[in-house]
Amino acid sequence: MIRKARTHVNQNEPLLFELSSPGKVGYQLPPLDVPPVDAAAALGAQNVRGEIEDFPEVSEVEAIRHFTRLSTWNYSIDLGMYPLGSCTMKYNPRINEQVAQVAGLAWAHPYQPEALAQGALEIMARLEAALAEITGMDAVTLQPAAGAHGELTGILVARALLASRGNPRRTVLIPDSAHGTNPATAAIAGYEVRNIQSNGRGMLDVPALARIVDEDVAALMITNPNTLGVFEENIRAIAGILHDKGALLYMDGANMNALAGLVRPGDNGVDVMHLNLHKTFSTPHGGGGPGGGPVAVKAELAPFLPIPRLKRAADEWTLDYERGQSIGRVRAFYGNFGVLVRALAYILAHGGEGLRNATLDAVLNATYIRKGIEADYEIAAQAPSMHECVFSDARQAARGVHTGDIAKRLIDYGFHPYTVSFPMIVHGAMMIEPTESESKRELDLFIDALVSIAREVEEDPETVLKAPHSTRITRVDEVRAARKPVVRWRPAG
Amino acid sequence: MRYLPKSDSERREMLAACGASSLEDLFAHLPEEVRLQRPLAIERGLSEYEILDYFRERGAQNASGGACFLGAGAYFHYRPVLVDAVVSRGEFLTSYTPYQAEISQGTLTAIFEFQTMMCQLTGMDVANASMYDGSTAVAEAAMMAARITGRKRLLAARTLHPEYREVLATYARNQGLEVVEFGYQPASGALDLEDLERKLDAATSAVIVQSPNFFGIVESVNAAGELAHRAGALLVDVFTEAVSLGLLAPPTGADIVAGELQSFAISPSFGGPYAGILATREKYIRQLPGRLVGETVDTRGNRAFCLTLATREQHIRREKATSNICTNQALVALMATVFMTVYGRRGLRELAEQNLAKAHYLGGKLPLRFSGPYFNEFVGTVEDPAALNQALLERKIVGGLPLARFYPELGDALLVCATEMARREDMDAVARVWEGAQ
Amino acid sequence: MSTYPEEFRYTKDHEWVRLEGDVATAGITDHAQSELGEIVYVDLPKVGARVEQGQVIGSVESVKAVSDIYSPVSGEVLEVNEQLGESPEKLNQDPHGSAWLMKVRPSAPGELSGLMSAADYRSYVGAED
Repeated sequence: MIRKARTHVNQNEPLLFELSSPGKVGYQLPPLDVPPVDAAAALGAQNVRGEIEDFPEVSEVEAIRHFTRLSTWNYSIDLGMYPLGSCTMKYNPRINEQVAQVAGLAWAHPYQPEALAQGALEIMARLEAALAEITGMDAVTLQPAAGAHGELTGILVARALLASRGNPRRTVLIPDSAHGTNPATAAIAGYEVRNIQSNGRGMLDVPALARIVDEDVAALMITNPNTLGVFEENIRAIAGILHDKGALLYMDGANMNALAGLVRPGDNGVDVMHLNLHKTFSTPHGGGGPGGGPVAVKAELAPFLPIPRLKRAADEWTLDYERGQSIGRVRAFYGNFGVLVRALAYILAHGGEGLRNATLDAVLNATYIRKGIEADYEIAAQAPSMHECVFSDARQAARGVHTGDIAKRLIDYGFHPYTVSFPMIVHGAMMIEPTESESKRELDLFIDALVSIAREVEEDPETVLKAPHSTRITRVDEVRAARKPVVRWRPAG
Repeated sequence: MRYLPKSDSERREMLAACGASSLEDLFAHLPEEVRLQRPLAIERGLSEYEILDYFRERGAQNASGGACFLGAGAYFHYRPVLVDAVVSRGEFLTSYTPYQAEISQGTLTAIFEFQTMMCQLTGMDVANASMYDGSTAVAEAAMMAARITGRKRLLAARTLHPEYREVLATYARNQGLEVVEFGYQPASGALDLEDLERKLDAATSAVIVQSPNFFGIVESVNAAGELAHRAGALLVDVFTEAVSLGLLAPPTGADIVAGELQSFAISPSFGGPYAGILATREKYIRQLPGRLVGETVDTRGNRAFCLTLATREQHIRREKATSNICTNQALVALMATVFMTVYGRRGLRELAEQNLAKAHYLGGKLPLRFSGPYFNEFVGTVEDPAALNQALLERKIVGGLPLARFYPELGDALLVCATEMARREDMDAVARVWEGAQ
Repeated sequence: MSTYPEEFRYTKDHEWVRLEGDVATAGITDHAQSELGEIVYVDLPKVGARVEQGQVIGSVESVKAVSDIYSPVSGEVLEVNEQLGESPEKLNQDPHGSAWLMKVRPSAPGELSGLMSAADYRSYVGAED
């Protein structure tokens, strides 16, 4: 029974190019207060373009209507829960948006003189310090633009340390449960990837690790809690095994929402890690970014961090470029500053105790969901769930219904699907992370929906298999989109 | 706490359902020694008003109160009000990556429009849904060229943005790619094509040029392209000033275009978040990193959009992926999309023409280092750039970027940018002070 | 039920090869295409390329998965099936016939005897099911 109503505005809003007609304008520039310049004369006629063919021309009214209508076709956190595992889709506080738009910050040019950039540098310094405290690490860089970018930065920093000791080594170990960015990152950093398996409890197989770590291994990339939502309780032993052979422990911090304020990776042997500001620290996903992927390291890795580094000199902040051992730059300028502002605002709003309470609520919410549905779905690992719980579709698959179908049916109940088919070590995975932003009411509705779907699988599987039924667009033909990719509009004929 | 929607009584109910007696119980299964045994050393949570005050104070520390003539990869342009009206809608701001097409058609449709407009502006066949920024877009373009050609050498113009070259070096080093720079002509500030030709060889995978280049000079990109193609290499054309796309001819010889879209309504914001773009020819579509939105139909035959060719990406190919990129810059790209929509075909042209006029007005009053044709940035010379900028600051004007830090041979030069936002009276003031400093 | 032609030899990575005179034709098996689901793209070697038995020479993609193709035979690629560029779905429809992948001039035809017979392959995939 569907208790939550959502309405979609059902206009058949066309594309901008289909709304366009020559001569319509949506802008007005002030008249020039200087003489106009003939482009062909100034630049050479061969350098001046002709018309921008088929580029849209619409009025301001059509523009706002167009994007407003488009927006109504989107699900969003403001509308309801995203139970996406390892995505930490928490509330995006609106105060964060306000402060990011403060004029002195939004209009700051990255090259403005340092004397006029102290406000921005102070914000970055404060955030670095807060993230170091939260992670238990010694130094932080805010440069990487997203988690994957942070992973690459972190692995390159690790590589640089090992190279400074005489041998960058050849292999990075990655659990079979890892997020795809981990092996992709290791490959881009020039390492070979070796997979390591999980044990029967859903944790890293420590004896297996001990057998394969040797002086060819540069690092192990671990996620903690792992992608089964389970805490790697042997983390210290794991770190010990690696350190004994001169290897490093990298932690993917995507699941920090289970740890902030309660466990610090730096206290448990992690040498280098990245954080996802657009996950744990509430910066908005915006349909796919921007994010922020700061990297936190132990002191011995700090000399290798990307330039520039923030430095205190006299009574001022300054950017330090004189760092001979640095891996270099990983991007132009200093980082996704606008995202950093939002993340700092989030930390300031919570304070130390608030961060801890948010983590406790996140774990409570996930545990509550697990209890609510474990009679109907097969839990993937017996160990306690932290901020996320992972189930398999094993029972439903016996009736021919798979995780992807259940996910689509959830849409009819007004929810965004959970993470489907990941991690790959669970057959038919259903990965659920509610975050602390969900009320009991919302969680109960979600549990009700999944329990109801489980019943539908028994009594009326067709409904689940053909879901969603209530959306403006039904299941899309992904095969057609891949066989004959059409990635831009073209005029007919 | 205002972001936690539970009362204590609800927590107790939920804990009971979980078989736990307290919240701390939920962490009891963790070994004692891994847990933090003290509170975090972060001060108490602040109210909304205190947070606003904190950031306003930081903002006030950052302001000069007057005009700014900096460019160099980040530009001051008007931001149409519609941009924030659209992107601040919760349905765009707080939505997730559009993996579930049925409930993400808003995002997917907007990205499809974005991809189309980028193709129309750059003259390429396919464009992705954004990269982190221009610098990483260039690095990704280089890796893409290496994959396509199977060659390991990159030739990068010295007039490619210095920080972009640094990023390229970081990525290239770890991929076993060699980066060699070729120079510029000291008189014109444009590419030294002879130097390029000398350095091209059968191991070159790509020639990377920027236009307008870092000095603001418009390059003969196609000439560089011809040389590259003769050697079997690809041409990567780079732009940092997207407004130039409204006026400059897209190079017909480019194989890959990599650029920065910050000029399209993305606040300068002390360097980020920005949005990069990568565009290429149809035949290289499967080598393009990043997300791609494609057109398709749903079960009822209605037009719909979805993410496609995901098999290039990390979540499927893992270590064999074209890139490790996952989260990109979707919301920022949406700002650019709204910007392009507001200005439209004629507006982008008029905007670019205004930029040209403003910069040439100021440039016409100053001693220029280079004779080449420039768009909205140029290199001016003065004996003591630091002193000049100090004098301008006293008039609340932030002057151009002294180039010595990037080009030691240009110790007497500054890179000056004048966009449609530059006011005549401020430009006149700059000219007066500059003349006084000669 | 799929029929596995008797005159083919099979690899444990689900490729087949048929030798006729001095031309070896290779493809992927019905089991492979069925595991992959609807195929959207095939990446094949270039004509003239030298391939080795067991070496990765291309890949087959469905929407959500990519599978490497391992050459069942060593030699020189004489021809690749151009049709698959336009119509990759043929690989789902007729993997043992018109959707062959490549024709190779084998450099060591004797190596085919190391591959499975149709009967062996049938029980191999039966065992996997």
